[in-house]
Amino acid sequence: MYPPRFRYEAPRSLREAITLLQEGGGEAKILAGGQSLIPMLKLRFASPGMLVDINNLPGLDHLTRDGDGTIRIGALCRHEHIERSELITEHQPTIAAAAPLVADPIVRTRGTFVGSVCHADPQGDWAACMIALDGAIVAEGPGGRRSIAARDFVTGPFQNVLASDEIAVEAVIPPPQGEARGGYLKLERRIGDFATAAVAVAVDLRGDQVTRAGIALVGVGGTTIDARDAADALVGSPLSSDAIERAAELAAEAAQPRSDHRGSASYKRHIVRTFTSRILTQIDRSTQKAA
Amino acid sequence: MAIDEVKIGGMGARQKRVEDNRFIRGKGNYVDDIVLPGMLHMEILRSPLAHARIRSIDVSKAWDIPGVRLVLTGETLAARNLAWMPTLSYDTQAVLATDKVRFQGQEVAAVVADDPYIAKDAVEAIIVDYEPLPAIVNPDQAMAPDAPLIRDDKANQPDNKIFDWEVGDREGTDRAFTEADHVSTIEMHYPRSHPSPIEACGSVADFDRSTGKLTVYMTSQAPHIIRAAVAMVAELPEHQIRIISPDIGGGFGNKVPVYPGYVISILASILAERPVKWIEDKTGNLISTGFGRDVYLKGELALRKDGRILGVRMHTTSDHGAFFSDAQPSKFKIGLMHSAFACYDIPSAHLTATGVYTNKAPGGVAYRCSFRVTEAMFFQERMVHAAADELGLDQAEIRRVNFVRDDDFPHRTPFGFLTDSGQYTKCLDLGLAAIDYEGFRREQAAAREQGRLLGIGISTMTEPLGAGNSREYDILGIKMFDAAELRVHMTGRAILRTGAKTQGQGHETTWAQIVAHELGIPADDVVVEEGDTDTAPFGMGTYASRSTPVAGAAVSMVARKIRAKARKIAAHLLEVSEEDIEWELGRFYVRSAPDRGVTIQECAMAAYSNVPDGMEPGLENHAYYDPPNLTWPFAAYIVTVEVDPDTGVWDVLRVVAVDDCGVRINPMIVEGQIMGGLTEAYAMANMQFITFDADGNCVGSNYMDYLLPTAWETPGFELHEVVTPCPHHPIGAKGVGECATVGGPAAFVNAVMDALKDTGVRNIDMPLLPDRVHQALTTGQDVSGAPPVDPEAS
Repeated sequence: MYPPRFRYEAPRSLREAITLLQEGGGEAKILAGGQSLIPMLKLRFASPGMLVDINNLPGLDHLTRDGDGTIRIGALCRHEHIERSELITEHQPTIAAAAPLVADPIVRTRGTFVGSVCHADPQGDWAACMIALDGAIVAEGPGGRRSIAARDFVTGPFQNVLASDEIAVEAVIPPPQGEARGGYLKLERRIGDFATAAVAVAVDLRGDQVTRAGIALVGVGGTTIDARDAADALVGSPLSSDAIERAAELAAEAAQPRSDHRGSASYKRHIVRTFTSRILTQIDRSTQKAA
Repeated sequence: MAIDEVKIGGMGARQKRVEDNRFIRGKGNYVDDIVLPGMLHMEILRSPLAHARIRSIDVSKAWDIPGVRLVLTGETLAARNLAWMPTLSYDTQAVLATDKVRFQGQEVAAVVADDPYIAKDAVEAIIVDYEPLPAIVNPDQAMAPDAPLIRDDKANQPDNKIFDWEVGDREGTDRAFTEADHVSTIEMHYPRSHPSPIEACGSVADFDRSTGKLTVYMTSQAPHIIRAAVAMVAELPEHQIRIISPDIGGGFGNKVPVYPGYVISILASILAERPVKWIEDKTGNLISTGFGRDVYLKGELALRKDGRILGVRMHTTSDHGAFFSDAQPSKFKIGLMHSAFACYDIPSAHLTATGVYTNKAPGGVAYRCSFRVTEAMFFQERMVHAAADELGLDQAEIRRVNFVRDDDFPHRTPFGFLTDSGQYTKCLDLGLAAIDYEGFRREQAAAREQGRLLGIGISTMTEPLGAGNSREYDILGIKMFDAAELRVHMTGRAILRTGAKTQGQGHETTWAQIVAHELGIPADDVVVEEGDTDTAPFGMGTYASRSTPVAGAAVSMVARKIRAKARKIAAHLLEVSEEDIEWELGRFYVRSAPDRGVTIQECAMAAYSNVPDGMEPGLENHAYYDPPNLTWPFAAYIVTVEVDPDTGVWDVLRVVAVDDCGVRINPMIVEGQIMGGLTEAYAMANMQFITFDADGNCVGSNYMDYLLPTAWETPGFELHEVVTPCPHHPIGAKGVGECATVGGPAAFVNAVMDALKDTGVRNIDMPLLPDRVHQALTTGQDVSGAPPVDPEAS
């Protein structure tokens, strides 16, 4: 690998890192897991003047759950840690379903959850989960901390709202309104391939009533798609095959796929419909079984 | 008292591969590991466009970068008559483009610098002014009457056609079709794929002006051919050229041709008077080097109602890219495509073939294809499958009724090859029993009742390996035989060298096993060396599954020459006449007194210390082996799948492989070759292809787009064997390296087509991506051609 020349810095504190970003003035990129950045450097798609390696920053590798059920994922928490976390298996089904489907096992040992969301690849799994879960990204800059809803965080392909001197330090998933249910299905040609299409579903249930829902789509548009209408159609009533069909149809309508070598546009739309329906049906069946 | 052959690592021993000792420790020595004093680094600028006229190339900014030593363009090369080079198929190929670029990724300029970072920066500083021309990306466009001429550099090239070629009996075949009860017609495309060895191509060229010697370390499967080619192209004396192929990280036919990068690095070393290293990156390898397939077929079978095939008609149209650079026997324009239907007893067949130029990378004969046998067998087995469905016949039965019978050898194939041995029905029946064919058919019927789609696919074939015999097989006139040289040292240890070149096939292990088998010297006592043209005897290299059939036979023959001399020494030591000497593995003894004997090791010592009067001392020899015929392994591959009707995703349930590759030298290595081949077969059927958009942009230029299956997707394989020794090979071996890659793909595709049988769909072109299967399921129509590439964008 022969990337263009760049300056490399490995700060020891968040303050130092932010100072370096200010110094870089938009020419600096943050290196966390490096699983997207390094290939881009290799292909010379990216030529940042400076890399700010945050792997030495203390206190950013946490994966915790607050007393109220809020889940916090630190900027240096690796995919693999999430995949193996009992906390996630027990409390967060959407994340648990997606974790083993992120990239491939090698990437998962180094790549980070927050880095994936920041990278804002329309093919990214975690941005979709965060949108479906009404999650937020906490960023720190010279002026202090702020929280940005995942829905507003990604502004386009490979673009987010962070200022050039801000660092995303944590992803926050709010507590469920009732019981958290959900799932994630991805069609890929091979492990590690970008998704032909993928669907993230998060549904909060109180009894059999849907209290909150989120559906987000991957690989079927220029950016991660928030299928708001599909999710809203579920809220306020129990899951039923009619409701599921309607939501799946609305999700398919929300998709904006293009034909490419992974599949035709109409096929990708069909997969969104099929996967939305499959996840919701699975939730419905397991709810009925429990009842 | 005879030695246990398996204990000394002879024939049939599951010896662990000796080369793996260094590979698993990271101690392999690949081209990129070669570091010479004063070595410079070369990087190539490639064309971003598929077809364009070069107006100008401005290299001034590249020269401005400190550390840049040379900037080479087509003009620099043209001044030395090196801008174009001959190909292995009597065409020419641009080394660095002078007039036009003719495919995306073509070499346009090169920079030589102190380190690879500088070289890469400097390549980006070169400014090329292109005038874009319309790109031709398929044979239909190429043959259109008003198509732009790709090879306007050539005299007498009025259009984009490379050749028309035919073989077989046209009239007899026509007659068969008039007599048929049924004619089955099918059209399909075997898509372009790439062998993608993990190590890309590269070279370290080192020209020493003081001695006039050129040494080139390079990734070549055929170093001796390269030496000859360099001697001819660069007009250097052959004895002053030393080609060294060190460890090779996979070849699969990708590392047979002569690539521009090699030639440019050689010229750069001559000009700079310093060693020059060129290491291709993965994208460079995928977009510019030898690919496989890209052939269209129109196939017709003339059949009787009972499934007997009376005649075969095939017309192929092959897309060779911008230069006809196929590395294949000179006589056969479309390789050994006419080996199709060799396992079936068919009265007549006729093949016509058309080859065309397009604005795509050159090649076509790579990826374990054995000179296009891969396409031949795929087409054959897809044609037979479709015909059986049309006639309402069982897929196993139609093969059984057409197989050449065990007692019908030697057999003349419909296209004129001579096959020599096989037990085809036995192999198929063994596979069917292993997969419980009848049971699966019942399970399939029951599943269909529940709306589940199960399918079973069969592929059976015999393929010609071991090119060749010197009557018919040559490359640029050089006959395709191989040599081996064996030196037995005085302590009974030995060094063996051949003109083949291992790239993962395990020659260092297998050749020693042949020596052990012939001489009783333990395999551990034999070191095998290949790849250095200054030390290795001549050979045509390793590809087309030819190593064991040709070089391996030469190993046997040279060991037998050694044994013959050792017998004379033994007679001398035992003080009896040679006629009274008997041989058992590792030992000569007196026939009338078996206790009196000498070991091969004792003979070796005597060869250097106590030879009979008049005998030349020493125990070494060499042998050239010109095979009397090709070898013909047989295989039956059977696959079961389940197709998800909602998504078109198909999962492989089981893969059963029955291979008859004759006598197996190291069964473990043979099984490894078969598993690797089946993995590639699965990959091509399921996910692997290179395609181009309308502008000629390559889709499949990196591992995000061009997919190699991982352990996760790859199904398990159940391997079985039948052994029918090759009657003319010294140890009865037939070659096996490519069998599963050749025969496997049709088994996977046939299985999916069997699952879709009720829909009326007859063909889905590979790869069988889920959306293509789903499209077939929902429309009931065949799916042809390459997958769509963003049609909205074009």
